[in-house]
Amino acid sequence: MVNPNIQGKRYPRSVSYLVGREKIREFARATFESEESIDLTKAQAAGHSDLVAPPTFPIVLQEFGLKLVIADPEAGLDFSRVVHGEQKFVFQRPIIAGDLLTSELSVASVKSLGGNHMVVFDTEIFDESQTLVCTAISTLVVRGEDA
Amino acid sequence: MPEITELAVGDIVAEKEFNLDRDALVRYAGASGDFNPIHYRDEVAVSVGLPGVLAHGMLTMGLSIEPVVSWLGDAGKILDYGVRFTKPVAVPANGQAVIMVVAKVAELDLEEKKARIDLQTSFEGNNVLGKAQVWVQL
Repeated sequence: MVNPNIQGKRYPRSVSYLVGREKIREFARATFESEESIDLTKAQAAGHSDLVAPPTFPIVLQEFGLKLVIADPEAGLDFSRVVHGEQKFVFQRPIIAGDLLTSELSVASVKSLGGNHMVVFDTEIFDESQTLVCTAISTLVVRGEDA
Repeated sequence: MPEITELAVGDIVAEKEFNLDRDALVRYAGASGDFNPIHYRDEVAVSVGLPGVLAHGMLTMGLSIEPVVSWLGDAGKILDYGVRFTKPVAVPANGQAVIMVVAKVAELDLEEKKARIDLQTSFEGNNVLGKAQVWVQL
């Protein structure tokens, strides 16, 4: 289960994450992106300084925050009972290779629903100048003991 | 780059079929860092009550937007992308799970030059994502 009192809890800022060009290529290929989307010349022609990360790439940063929740005894989150319910990414600007990012996860809400818990996590991702780049919003369903 | 003035609500802007095999799941596990064994080990998947190895929901979400990115020609035009995971995609040990993605114009904001594209992602005739919506800058 999960402790409903963690609603509003904010976890510590992650260590910085340098977005690598080849990491973008690896992630893009794993999500069936075309070779054109990871062509540096094409990205630069579109006005970017380097490759643009695929739209779901921020999941990598969200995971850092979720690891803190899983390790937090106060949260009491039993990850073996967790199902991914919803996911959303809201971009202020795209993530570009070379970005030095940090992320910070907070618990937006914990709701009870028919023996299950629904937990919404907001992960804010900032660049080196502390400007918000993207928010990743994840809803996890924690199945109850009988579910 | 598509022109917003040439689009109408209901237009299909992209559609594509994806073949997921176990290799694809292992590749995604490595790229994303999600090594939950239910995505590559049958005995672990069965032991937690699943019918078998499932694709990562995030892999389904990730590939579902690929046709839109290709249509735009620039992933930097994606403003917002959200989905609900409604059904799992079971991937056989041998062979492939075939996923079909259709991307349609759902809403146009001519003033801000933004469009909402809705995705229909199906597997074996069922939609596996709900409310799969992408806002793009045109």
